[in-house]
Amino acid sequence: MNYSDYTKSRRRREGVAVFILKLIASISVLTTIAILFFLFFETFNFFTTEMKDGNFVKPWDFLFGTKWTPLFKPQSFGVLPLVAGTLLVTVIAVIVAIILGLSTAVFLAEYAHENVRRFCKPILEVLAGIPTVVYGYFALTFVTPILMDLSEIIGFQMIIFNALSAGIVMGIMITPMVSTISEDALISVPQHLRDASYAMGAKKFQTAFRVVVPAALSGIAASIVLGISRAIGETMIVTIAAGSTPNFTLNPLESIQAMTAFIVQISLGEAPHGSLEYTTIFAVGLVLFIMTLTLNIIGKWLVNKYSESY
Amino acid sequence: MLNKNQFIIRGRIDWFVQILLIVSVCVAFLTLGALLFDVWVDGSPWFDWQFFNSFPSRKPEIAGIKAAFYGTIWVMGITASLAIPIGIATAVYLEMFADNTRFNRFIKLNISNLAGVPSIIYGIIGMAVFVEFFQLGRVILAGSLTMTLLILPIIIISSQEAIKQVPSGYMDTALALGSTKWQAVVRIILPQAIPGIVSGFILAMSRAIGESAPMIAISALVYLTFLPEGPLDRFTVMPIQIYNWISQPQDEFRGLAAAGIILLLIMLLSLNSFAIILRDYFQKR
Repeated sequence: MNYSDYTKSRRRREGVAVFILKLIASISVLTTIAILFFLFFETFNFFTTEMKDGNFVKPWDFLFGTKWTPLFKPQSFGVLPLVAGTLLVTVIAVIVAIILGLSTAVFLAEYAHENVRRFCKPILEVLAGIPTVVYGYFALTFVTPILMDLSEIIGFQMIIFNALSAGIVMGIMITPMVSTISEDALISVPQHLRDASYAMGAKKFQTAFRVVVPAALSGIAASIVLGISRAIGETMIVTIAAGSTPNFTLNPLESIQAMTAFIVQISLGEAPHGSLEYTTIFAVGLVLFIMTLTLNIIGKWLVNKYSESY
Repeated sequence: MLNKNQFIIRGRIDWFVQILLIVSVCVAFLTLGALLFDVWVDGSPWFDWQFFNSFPSRKPEIAGIKAAFYGTIWVMGITASLAIPIGIATAVYLEMFADNTRFNRFIKLNISNLAGVPSIIYGIIGMAVFVEFFQLGRVILAGSLTMTLLILPIIIISSQEAIKQVPSGYMDTALALGSTKWQAVVRIILPQAIPGIVSGFILAMSRAIGESAPMIAISALVYLTFLPEGPLDRFTVMPIQIYNWISQPQDEFRGLAAAGIILLLIMLLSLNSFAIILRDYFQKR
């Protein structure tokens, strides 16, 4: 075999290798197709499967109905109680995460000495790495008893499984995410803005909150949007601590059911393939998927916006 | 002009804000402390050899985590052996060989979107595809395949970052010496990128070990009193077992759940220490 034959056959073999790589890379596209196909397909089945009373679920009733009783008669499939439950927990979580996450980010980016930063960052990573089932346990066995004692002192009626406890713990869970993305945004604000602020005689808190934070606002907004998306999709904390009563309520002391918690509840019972229960989880899953996808797209758009501006 | 009083007030606000920030950082860290303390107090009386070496039971005194532990090992083993080659191959393709065509841009966008899909969605899709469509049933292989899809985006993105970190001079030098692009990637770039790839992979695995929701969708709540012997056996994993104990009404089961959490956290800790040791080893070489 002469040299040119050798390079030719080698080039051909490498072309095949690269082609195989491309096929493997397409697995991610297949995953997306599978997700979209099965969510829509089973949701279609959901609307064409008879309820126990012989009627079909109407899309309008599903999206805007306020009664969710899929497991007992009379069956009703209004998804709003589940959406409200998810949003209630999410709002509490986001308030906690903004307070804790944003101040952690400002502290680490603007105030903390390099050694303090080096000490704090791994702890945040540990917080981010704790499995959600552990957070759920913590909410139920530690936070809920404290909240119940507190509410008794104030004179409110509180149920063991409640949105407040789940929301607070979920806020702690997304704090590392919010603080890490916000901190990146704060750090990428150019030093000369800070210098200019100090030169005008501003104190540190004025520089931090009136100059640096506004300059990094789109990054901070991105961190919050991505945090919301994470909270909406989170499953175990709400399943363990927030209960399984689909309540159309905004009272955080009551028991609710989140969308993800409903999916888990049905999954635990091994719903038979093709039954109405089985297709219900895909209809709820589709709502969940659309909500998180929209938020993720907004979040990514915001991240790109701040990385372009400096 | 600021008068002296305003100047003092501003100084006090500055000090106050700083204290406030430190307090809220401490709240986050104290929560971590409280969480670990809570788990340790509840779980340590139950955390013994008997717990590790027993099957689940209705009687808390003789219940243990053996079946779930072996289930976790099985699922993680198969997931790792699927996710590593697929993840690295995709990252290499996207970073090294993919030209800027519409299809390749679509793959990149697609991967970053997949990373944000809630894990429970992966669970129900895995159930629809592997359990029902391919008729695998609620077995280890179906769980591993689902878990592979779930952690692939993490592995791909971190491997891409690791490959990007390799200075472009390495590639240029290899090409200038007459190697083909393939040789340069396999023999020069990849070995340089291994520390980053390994730590990304271990991060993904620690995420996978703690995932409960998708595994519940695949495996449901089974009561296993035997060890899985192959990829086509039914299984349960540690987070499911922990969740199962948490949802029991008796307090003793809470203790078992906490003991399970201790074991889970120990596994995560050793996995991460292993990642650090590996990274140091590769960096020294």
